[in-house]
Amino acid sequence: MVTGKGGTGKTTVAAALALALADAGKRTLLVEVEGRQGIAQLFETEALPYEERKIAVAPGGGEVFALAIDAERALLDYLQMFYKLGSAGRALRKIGAIDFATTIAPGVRDVLLTGKACEAVRRRDRAGAFVYDAVVMDAPPTGRITRFLGVNDEVAGLARVGPVHHQAQAVMRVLKSPETAVHLVTLLEEMPVQETLDGVAELRGAGLPVGAAVVNLVRPAVLDAADVTAADGVRAELAEAFATAGLGGARRGGKAQRLVDPLLRQAREHAERVTLEERQRAEIAALDLPTLELPLLWDGVDLAGLYTLAAALRAQDGHAVTGDLGGSSGGPGGGPSGAPDDDGDEREGAGA
Amino acid sequence: MNPEVLRDVPVLETDPLLDDPATRIVVCCGAGGVGKTTSAAALGLRAAERGRKVVVLTIDPARRLAQSMGLTELDNTPRRVPGIDTARGGELHAMMLDMKRTFDEIVEAHADADRARAILDNPFYQSLSAGFAGTQEYMAMEKLGQLRARDAWDLIIVDTPPSRSALDFLDAPGRLGSFLDGRFIRLLAAPAKAGGRAGLKMFSLGMTGVSMVTGTLGKLLGTGMLRDVQTFVAAMDTLFGGFRTRADATYRLLQAPGTAFLVVAAPERDALREAAYFVERLHADRMPLAGLLLNRVHGSSAGELSAERALAAAETLEEDADGGAPHRLAAGLLTLHAERMRVIARERRMRDRFTALHPEVPVAEVAALPGDVHDLAGLRDIGDLLAAQPPVPQQR
Ligand SMILES: Nc1ncnc2c1ncn2[C@@H]1O[C@H](COP(=O)(O)OP(=O)(O)OP(=O)(O)O)[C@@H](O)[C@H]1O
Ligand SMILES: Nc1ncnc2c1ncn2[C@@H]1O[C@H](COP(=O)(O)OP(=O)(O)O)[C@@H](O)[C@H]1O
Ligand SMILES: [Mg+2]
Ligand SMILES: [Mg+2]
Repeated sequence: MVTGKGGTGKTTVAAALALALADAGKRTLLVEVEGRQGIAQLFETEALPYEERKIAVAPGGGEVFALAIDAERALLDYLQMFYKLGSAGRALRKIGAIDFATTIAPGVRDVLLTGKACEAVRRRDRAGAFVYDAVVMDAPPTGRITRFLGVNDEVAGLARVGPVHHQAQAVMRVLKSPETAVHLVTLLEEMPVQETLDGVAELRGAGLPVGAAVVNLVRPAVLDAADVTAADGVRAELAEAFATAGLGGARRGGKAQRLVDPLLRQAREHAERVTLEERQRAEIAALDLPTLELPLLWDGVDLAGLYTLAAALRAQDGHAVTGDLGGSSGGPGGGPSGAPDDDGDEREGAGA
Repeated sequence: MNPEVLRDVPVLETDPLLDDPATRIVVCCGAGGVGKTTSAAALGLRAAERGRKVVVLTIDPARRLAQSMGLTELDNTPRRVPGIDTARGGELHAMMLDMKRTFDEIVEAHADADRARAILDNPFYQSLSAGFAGTQEYMAMEKLGQLRARDAWDLIIVDTPPSRSALDFLDAPGRLGSFLDGRFIRLLAAPAKAGGRAGLKMFSLGMTGVSMVTGTLGKLLGTGMLRDVQTFVAAMDTLFGGFRTRADATYRLLQAPGTAFLVVAAPERDALREAAYFVERLHADRMPLAGLLLNRVHGSSAGELSAERALAAAETLEEDADGGAPHRLAAGLLTLHAERMRVIARERRMRDRFTALHPEVPVAEVAALPGDVHDLAGLRDIGDLLAAQPPVPQQR
């Protein structure tokens, strides 16, 4: 599960993660639930139908499938499965019942979405092997994630018996197991970090497995505050250095000398931001989660950029992508940092 | 990049807009995270310090910003903001929207005490008021209507919810209204009534069909919940018509001449795409657009030094091992400058794409401050930057 504050890069990170997990011979499924066709846009393909289809081959040779879950269709499928509705489904839709049940009835929509994803997680082929080695969901934002994932608990409590009860319980078993990990995407800014802290506390409170913090849009710290102070003390030398590098005259009023002030000002702003970012980093570190960083791609995220981010996830993880990020083995993701052991479970995207 | 295009773009002048007594409502809208709340607060502060009696309706402000504006009381009514310059006779009031409270207040205002209690305690109502997609948008509009009706301020500045799409803000009230007025919810309310039957024929479902529907939903949702919905609908009956009417009234308020929309965007692809949609939609709905507020824009006062030259120079300095600390620092400054110039170029491309589509829309730019904006001083800076258009000559 990939969550985070709106606009921090949930969809992007989920897609990069699905690519990163699709090692040679593996197959991953990238799932979208908000009906926005974000995956299709990212992979530069036409809108995804409500059906699993291959959208990419990962660098490691594995395959990435994608599915945009449509709550209405999922409800109709579900009714069909349990109640053999036939054409009555259309009548239900016509009078607005489906719309009602999927947009407003508390939790129904979320039950359907998580249920469909869990079905994909558990699905096996004829030989009994899992069809997908990992399922990655571009989940709702942090503010809604705990309720979204916890909805089946609520439902299992409401419906004490019957198929809905069983289904809800089965989903909850998957979601609370160490097979699941909820990763939180954040930026090094105050509001997204605050949401991440709140989100982690809520998830932990609900007994849901927290995975990694993924810090997105990271820019390199070129100079820090001490560097800027030092630079301020050697203005004449800076002008000379600029002149040496062919940027004009170093004497007062010369081209190189006139660069010193504006460039120092920019550096000061940069250092100020670096300081703020360090504070946010410290807040994230206090969560004691495995933490990954993804660079800001200056030209935006196109298909090539997505592969770059996937490579960055793999390169950093040590165990994180295959263990924590994959969420398929090891201890509960909510535990202290330090990647769990790679216990060689067949569903692990074995690194290297 | 075409400088001609840029020069022709009209400038959005916010001070005249804020000072004009005919301006009664300013709505800040746009994609999430672009600075709507910050801009709304900054405009409110500026207008108040220029002498107007202002109320700012914020939605979901950053915690420290809320604290600095005294928005710690969550009582869903405006509070006076201390610490502003009142020399010109202005006042600043601010509030943070509490969507559930607002919904509760509507119920309380339109139903007698017993009925109100029954509705407020209904689990279905609770879920609807806490989470239905669109509730927040609807309640923001409702609150705006209420503030306007109180007529205690001469300028209302409205922030909009962090919708997944800027357009939700205009559409959601209608969606919630039609849901509450909708036929399915009525059908649920009246399955047993004789009167219900005639209505049901309309849906071309026999009585068996209806019990099948309610039966299935009952199984799916739990009969308890279905009963909650039915009692909720029965209790809300008197309010139903009201929702549409009020949504329509607010909608008309937004079209009135005293209203000005400011579309806020960051110079990024997604945000500007949303901004373009919004501009088109406002036009289609005949809502008065004041202009585009382009927030978090980068500039440089060394714009004549290109990214390429700066990088080449940085490399020269780094290669020179004997240069010592000054060379290392100079290389760092040049690297940062190159980065800055690349950002500026990209932002300019994004902006140009927008202005090519909508050359008629006035634009104001606000620089990206290095830190967050979390106090009155920061808001004042934003206000000053807004007023100082066109921005300090940056690029040549
Ligand atoms: N590492 C990165 N470098 C550059 N741009 C990025 C990076 N990650 C994300 N972006 C860009 O940031 C924007 C927001 O990303 P994305 O759509 O993934 O966020 P989201 O959290 O899914 O947003 P929403 O809450 O709207 O669903 C996109 O334009 C995306 O291309
Ligand atoms: N011009 C600016 N310079 C620096 N930071 C800004 C600027 N405008 C907004 N911010 C910061 O960006 C974040 C998001 O702003 P906010 O106004 O809450 O956005 P929105 O209401 O559109 O979601 C806040 O932390 C705010 O302080
Ligand atoms: Mg997304
Ligand atoms: Mg906001």
